[in-house]
Amino acid sequence: MRRSPYDTYLLLLFVGVLAVAPAVLPEFYVTLLNYIGLYSIVALGLVMLTGVGGLTSFGQAAFAGLGAYTSAVLTTVYGVSPWLTLPAGLLITSLVAVSLGLVTLRLSGHFLPLGTIAWGISLYYLFGNIDALGGHTGIAGIPPLQIGEVELRSGRDFFYLIWAVLLGTVLATRNLLDSREGRAIRALKGGSVMAEAMGVDTPRSKIVVFTVAALYAGVSGWLYAHLQRFVNPTPFSLTQGIEYLFMAVVGGVSHVWGAIVGAGLITVLKQSLQDWLPRLLGQSGNFEAIVFGLLMILVLHRARDGVWPMIDRLLPQRVLHGSFSGAEDLPRRPRPQAGSVLLEVHDGSKRFGGLVANDRVSFTVRAGEVMALIGPNGAGKSTMFNGISGVDPLSSGTVSFRGQRVESLPARDIARLGMSRTFQHVRLLPGMTVIENVAIGAHLRGGKGFVAAACRADRSEEARLLKEAARQIERCGLAEQMYESAGSLPLGKQRLVEIARALAADPCLLLLDEPAAGLRFLEKQALAELLRRLRDEGIGILLVEHDMDFVMGLADRVMVMEFGQKLASGLPEEVQRNPLVVEAYLGGVE
Amino acid sequence: MNLQIALLLGQDGVTSGAIYALLALALVLVFAVTRVIFIPQGEFVAFGALTLAGLQADRLPGTIWLLLALGTAIALVEGGAALRQRRYRRIPLILLVNCAAPLLLAGALVAVSPAGLPLPIQVLLALMLVVPLGPMIYRLVYQPVAEVSVLALLIVSVAVHVTLIGLGLFFFGAEGSRTPAFTEVSFEFGEAVLQGQTILVVVASLVLIIALYFFFERTLYGKALRATAMNRTGARLMGISGQLAGMLSFTLAAAIGAFSGILISPITTIYYDSGFLIGLKGFVGAIIGGLASYPVAAAGAVLVGLLESYSSFWASAFKEVIVFTLILPVLLWRSLTTRHPEEG
Repeated sequence: MRRSPYDTYLLLLFVGVLAVAPAVLPEFYVTLLNYIGLYSIVALGLVMLTGVGGLTSFGQAAFAGLGAYTSAVLTTVYGVSPWLTLPAGLLITSLVAVSLGLVTLRLSGHFLPLGTIAWGISLYYLFGNIDALGGHTGIAGIPPLQIGEVELRSGRDFFYLIWAVLLGTVLATRNLLDSREGRAIRALKGGSVMAEAMGVDTPRSKIVVFTVAALYAGVSGWLYAHLQRFVNPTPFSLTQGIEYLFMAVVGGVSHVWGAIVGAGLITVLKQSLQDWLPRLLGQSGNFEAIVFGLLMILVLHRARDGVWPMIDRLLPQRVLHGSFSGAEDLPRRPRPQAGSVLLEVHDGSKRFGGLVANDRVSFTVRAGEVMALIGPNGAGKSTMFNGISGVDPLSSGTVSFRGQRVESLPARDIARLGMSRTFQHVRLLPGMTVIENVAIGAHLRGGKGFVAAACRADRSEEARLLKEAARQIERCGLAEQMYESAGSLPLGKQRLVEIARALAADPCLLLLDEPAAGLRFLEKQALAELLRRLRDEGIGILLVEHDMDFVMGLADRVMVMEFGQKLASGLPEEVQRNPLVVEAYLGGVE
Repeated sequence: MNLQIALLLGQDGVTSGAIYALLALALVLVFAVTRVIFIPQGEFVAFGALTLAGLQADRLPGTIWLLLALGTAIALVEGGAALRQRRYRRIPLILLVNCAAPLLLAGALVAVSPAGLPLPIQVLLALMLVVPLGPMIYRLVYQPVAEVSVLALLIVSVAVHVTLIGLGLFFFGAEGSRTPAFTEVSFEFGEAVLQGQTILVVVASLVLIIALYFFFERTLYGKALRATAMNRTGARLMGISGQLAGMLSFTLAAAIGAFSGILISPITTIYYDSGFLIGLKGFVGAIIGGLASYPVAAAGAVLVGLLESYSSFWASAFKEVIVFTLILPVLLWRSLTTRHPEEG
């Protein structure tokens, strides 16, 4: 991850300022800071969800409401200790978040926010109409939090708790993003196809990130209930939910610190607008909405990354990378015996409506050979790739991989069996560094989850994953670009990054879709050399390529496709002499 | 519940269902053509109703200020572009459309007393005040970011919604308004009374839906919109401008919204923020149709209206909860029937 080298000092300075703030500031500002802290926790969840995961929710206020109301009811009616109501509230919040996620996250991206709007409204009216929850008047007399003998009754007492929780969440979030599961979440934004092909269970990642964001909101709601010691439906309405999203977007939705900057800006702005806008307009009312709305439109037009990157730009940048040279190597899967059949496609067909893109194609790929799939554009080569790798399953026919039928498995399960691929249209995450992109390929070779990542218990595994990624990058000749952002590389180099990412999965079978396109002559030679070495290691390679010199010099066997059908197959020399093939490529002699 | 009440509730449900259906159609249209999830649709409902109420009370409706402000902003943007491109001949037209026309309208409103005018003229004036806001908002707010993701466009929509709600409060105040019924006619069927206004709403909705059908099937502009909805790039290559398609769909959506507001304002009191919930109920209908199918969206919207009406009888406090929770089983059903979740 890119970070300022002064990050730690900034953090310490920040903590120092916070530590003395309540002692010197008047009550009003302490209260303001308390609210900024509470809002920041929610906005931080939205940074995870929106900026990192590419999902959006307008219902975060409702999740905060779940945390607050759970505690309010349990403490006032049943006399439960506030410290026990926190886990109870979080449990309810996560149950709701998971069910909401299960319902909406399989649909395209905009159904989740729409679902959260509906859910935000429902819950607001539910809070307001259930008598046991105090209706619109709410629940009063919530007991204060107690730490040992000290009761946190005043805003000043609460201040430290709120900001300690906030800093804890900031650190946990940062740790999480800089980890195996964090990379999987960040991969969501680039669409699920690549992530799935690398073995990431994308529906699970989405639900997890949605739940984590909801839990942050729940914690904030719990703190709110015991700070105010009173809850009513208003602070958990959809309007507030929208405001949380505004905070995250204005502050900088892709940055952890953006959440705090945004919460601070919006809260202070709201305070002052509420003071002088009614005076200016000569009416009383919540006119700050007009300014907020316009501000949002302006931010989305002119500075889509929000305010934080503008501040961040003023700080010197340095790429931080932990040392992983001392890490152990990752275990490798046992190699299949050279010459044994790895992949067997039998009568594979793919139909898109009336169009038959693959028509009963059969072939095999063995361990330790390069099998090339060639044919004119539109012959169905990439469709076959997608069918084999589970990205877009075949309509009929069977695919066996290492003796197991895989034609109806999802892409991530096929990846787990040892098949890895590249894409014809490069699918890298342009904002991430090369090594982070490649490490996504090694996703299935690690096992540490979210909790381990958040509390840094994953460091030794992480070092091993990064070491493996670095090894594959060096192998593909990209050592110098390791810490550059992937989007800054020329297309040919990006293709090599894709190969490195596929190799990081430690595959037995490598599917390469036009790997040499966009490479220069020397780069092609280096690539051919790399593929020969991989073949000698016993990896099977299935290659789609248009560069005939490259194919014929490298492939052990060639299959030619045209109009979705297999035209010919055999040794390169045989295929080159085949009259059918010559006709397909050069046109027939009339 | 006896039959009389059931009929009464059914009548209510069909009336609001007809309105939700209109809004659902507009939402599907806007989404299909521009990928914008048009959350501010509801504000056009409120603005339409409250502008008409303002005209009838002989107040200068605040929407005229918004019209003038947006017109000036567009004139500045487009005029600036014309100056930079040295296409000076375009400037008079830009000024005429965006500044002179709203000024003329404002002048007319000040000169004549709109309260004394016949109802159809008042309705026409209200529509002239509110409908142009649709394409103007598209031009200023959406068009500069037309290529961003659906999600970003949705956030823009929510920002527009929030702005318009704030402006609505400023223009119309916190009190609600109800306009007099278009017709006092009513019919009696045994014990049940059928209000003329109800029939009017349903008939007007049906006429509008049929008119839209012919617009899309028979006219060049309608076909251009459909083409854009099916394939944006392809339509552009055929010479259909994305800007035109966007402005046209927003004009239709604004007109449908404002007209819906005018239709229901005699039946229910409209506040500056009432439109949001009304629009969202149209949304629930539209989502039942997967934001893609017009007939299913319309049917879903009528279902929402009936559900709302009957649940207001059984559990009136939980009316909104029931209607908006309906979206969850609908989404679940959609997610189980959708095969391709997303393609990156």
